[in-house]
Amino acid sequence: MSTLIALSALAIITMMIGAWHKYKWIVPTLVVGMLVACGLNIADWNTNIHYYNEMMVVDNFAIAFNTILILMALLVIIIAGHYFRNVVKPLDDVYILLVFSLIGGILMTSFANLVMLFIGIETLSISMYVLAGSKKFDNLAKEASMKYFLMGSFASGFLLFGIALLYGSSGSFNLTAIGSFACSHSADLPKMFYVGMLLTFVGLIFKIAAVPFHFWVPDVYQGSPTVITAFMATVVKVAGIAAIFRLFNHCFMGLQPFWANTVMIISAATILLANLTALYQRTFKRLLAYSGIAHTGYLLMALLAINTHSMGAVLLYLTAYSLSTYAALVVLMLVKDFIYDDKMEHYQGLAKRNPFIAVTLAVSMLSLTGIPPLAGFMGKFAIFTATLESGYLGLVIVAVIGSAISLAYYLKPVISMFFREGGQIVIGLTPWLRIFLVLLCLAQLVLGLVPGLITQLL
Amino acid sequence: MILLVILLIALLTSALSFMSQEGFRAKWIAFSGSILVFILSVYITINNCECHTTFDRALAGNFGAHFSIGMDGLSNLLILLTTFLTPLIILSAFNRTYRRPHVFYGLIMMMEMALIGVFSARDGLMFYIFWELALIPIYFICGLWGSTDKIRITFKFFVYTLLGSLFMLIALISLYLATPTPHSFSFEALYAVRMSPHMETLVFAAFFVAFAIKIPIFPFHTWQPDTYTTAPYQGSMLLAGIMLKMGIYGILRFIIPLCPNALAEWGWLAVLLSVTGIIYASVIAIRQDNLKRMIAYASIAHVGLIAAGAFVLNAEGIRGATIQMISHGINVVGLFAMIEMIQVRFKTRKISELGGIAGQAPVMATFFMIMILATVALPLTNGFVGEFLLLLGIFEYMPWVAGVAGLTIVFTAVYLLWMNQRVMFGKPKLILPDFNDLTTREILILSPLVIMILWIGIYPATFLNIAEPALLGLIH
Repeated sequence: MSTLIALSALAIITMMIGAWHKYKWIVPTLVVGMLVACGLNIADWNTNIHYYNEMMVVDNFAIAFNTILILMALLVIIIAGHYFRNVVKPLDDVYILLVFSLIGGILMTSFANLVMLFIGIETLSISMYVLAGSKKFDNLAKEASMKYFLMGSFASGFLLFGIALLYGSSGSFNLTAIGSFACSHSADLPKMFYVGMLLTFVGLIFKIAAVPFHFWVPDVYQGSPTVITAFMATVVKVAGIAAIFRLFNHCFMGLQPFWANTVMIISAATILLANLTALYQRTFKRLLAYSGIAHTGYLLMALLAINTHSMGAVLLYLTAYSLSTYAALVVLMLVKDFIYDDKMEHYQGLAKRNPFIAVTLAVSMLSLTGIPPLAGFMGKFAIFTATLESGYLGLVIVAVIGSAISLAYYLKPVISMFFREGGQIVIGLTPWLRIFLVLLCLAQLVLGLVPGLITQLL
Repeated sequence: MILLVILLIALLTSALSFMSQEGFRAKWIAFSGSILVFILSVYITINNCECHTTFDRALAGNFGAHFSIGMDGLSNLLILLTTFLTPLIILSAFNRTYRRPHVFYGLIMMMEMALIGVFSARDGLMFYIFWELALIPIYFICGLWGSTDKIRITFKFFVYTLLGSLFMLIALISLYLATPTPHSFSFEALYAVRMSPHMETLVFAAFFVAFAIKIPIFPFHTWQPDTYTTAPYQGSMLLAGIMLKMGIYGILRFIIPLCPNALAEWGWLAVLLSVTGIIYASVIAIRQDNLKRMIAYASIAHVGLIAAGAFVLNAEGIRGATIQMISHGINVVGLFAMIEMIQVRFKTRKISELGGIAGQAPVMATFFMIMILATVALPLTNGFVGEFLLLLGIFEYMPWVAGVAGLTIVFTAVYLLWMNQRVMFGKPKLILPDFNDLTTREILILSPLVIMILWIGIYPATFLNIAEPALLGLIH
């Protein structure tokens, strides 16, 4: 709870700073403020308190996911400082919206009431609709914003309708109440409840972009400024996944026979379709968009294993995925700063003169593929183990084939950079950026070597 | 503990080479590191004691996985093979001027570390991690310093082998979940798992695909000839000399103790595929004009025989497979090294463009002859011991299969001796004014190989005795 208050205060303070035109202070204030918020968040560990008549609950699940959310948002803000360094006009609104979006994300991890879930999603999404279009005079950005807004509204509509039906059948918005209703009436649940469950699920997987509700992702990722893309690919995805897991964990656990097949088919379709489509992408950003969709598929596998305590696996997977995607997007941003384009051809021969950038990208790509000893491997391994434990051998085989396909496109930028002869571009890096990139690589390696750091939390 | 030190030295040497930024320093760092590793590995072979080799540390919350290394006789032989060949492979690159040499030597040492890790792992997850880790350096070695069409070929190699390994990962996880709680990946726990026949067949199939791609067994071999041909010589040596032994080691380490029943049921198919590969690859090898490609196909044929021997599930076959793994590693590295020496001098590796080398370079021709005879399995060379045991094992299993598999010796003689005749004898086709025979460095690379060829050929017991207890343990 203190986290939420601290972050809201931080957003308001940032607004004030903007109003006083002290733009240079914004990023430092945000960094400090978010570190404080993160500390407050961790201080609540093992407390498990409900707030506002059980509207919110701060349990370890919420705290663990909030920590990832805040840290990823912090990383995005740090790199935003670099990204926007040459922009003259004031950008306080961008930063403030990022913080508000983060607040929405935090509501999504810690809701105990479906109304709160809806508020969280809307807080997160509305900020993101604006941010996606923040390059006002760029047609792609306009398209991205519009598309995101329309699709997002549909999703919210589905979600809201689903919530209404759940309320109509169970008589409560409270997660625990709905869960116990589903348990006690498992034999004669009204049809309305099932429909409500499916509609909420659809609304949520719209947000995390699973097939068949993924069409908006590549365009939105491509049109948005890279920093915002990084935020969407990491923070928004983590929050969405956390929301789905909390909802299913508390409400629909007993109904697994009903939703298991749906989730399995969606997961398999997401993995196969996204990985195959990614093979044909020519720009790096769209490739990362499809990679993000594919990873949603792997994460949904863990939903099937929800009763085998797969939370630790999900947390690890999300951390690994977010770190690697973030690192890849940082590289993309640095390259794009020089070339103003993100076609894969521009990466040719980059390794020769820019070893830091090339190695960071290679490490991230291999981690996303799931090559040991990097973080991505441990994430995949943990999820595969949990899924196999629940007996879904077929799905794991699909996932494995998907992983092998994914290697084909993750290698594309690596091959371009290392094995092809190419341009003589030298991308200037400040020493701080170098250290930053090295730290990103090390983080992926350390998580791969001692995944227990994270899996043991939940 | 010393085994751990060996791994760390290899890793450290790799890191130092990467950081040295300069070719001359990097190659000496890598060479001395690999020599040190070799000396230590000989030391732990002689003073064989658990205290030197076993190291076990639980990784925090790591799904019951341990960082666990150890060494039985089988691992010992393969670790020796790795540490023996790596300095020679590094030495063979000394006079080449590769771009970015520090990266090259760093990758070779990283490869050595991963290979030793594979052979010394005592924990399924560790084994898998090292197994995959070995792919990364060899991928970059082939991709960065390869010749024509390297991008497509290395890409195929990487994706193909990764797909195979992922099936192995599923098998390992299934076994892990079948161990009593708390689940464990340690080899002892995995060996203790009692599987239903259905599951055993699936586990066998998954392991078989992974190992068959790595070895490679027909019809999973399509990545191999291209990759061997396009890779730089050191890459080919690492691949053919050591890396494919990972697959055969996997058969001995996993398939034989874990799925004996499935092997009894499906072994005929595995043996049949392996033997088909022998004939298929030998026939293709006869028609090759490119020396390197010929050795690549010869390699498919020879490892096919090793795999067949490992699958027949009797003591002779397994003994033969073990000793022949070592012999094949030595012989194929010798052959690749000599082909590189020829190519450096004549700037070609086409048989049709070479000829009459023996007249100009008698020392070279002698060494080449020895390597070839060892590969053809002449008595008193290492090839004979291994192939004799393998054929004996296959004969006990099914005599007519042994008859077909035995053709490998005839075929090898056909293509290698004929090649030797065309390359070494006859009229010189290319006359080089400044041609010289083998240099001291080159003799230094080849003599240890020749010594080993004769040692294993004359007194194989030294090596068989190291592995014997471990092998008996695997069958029972």
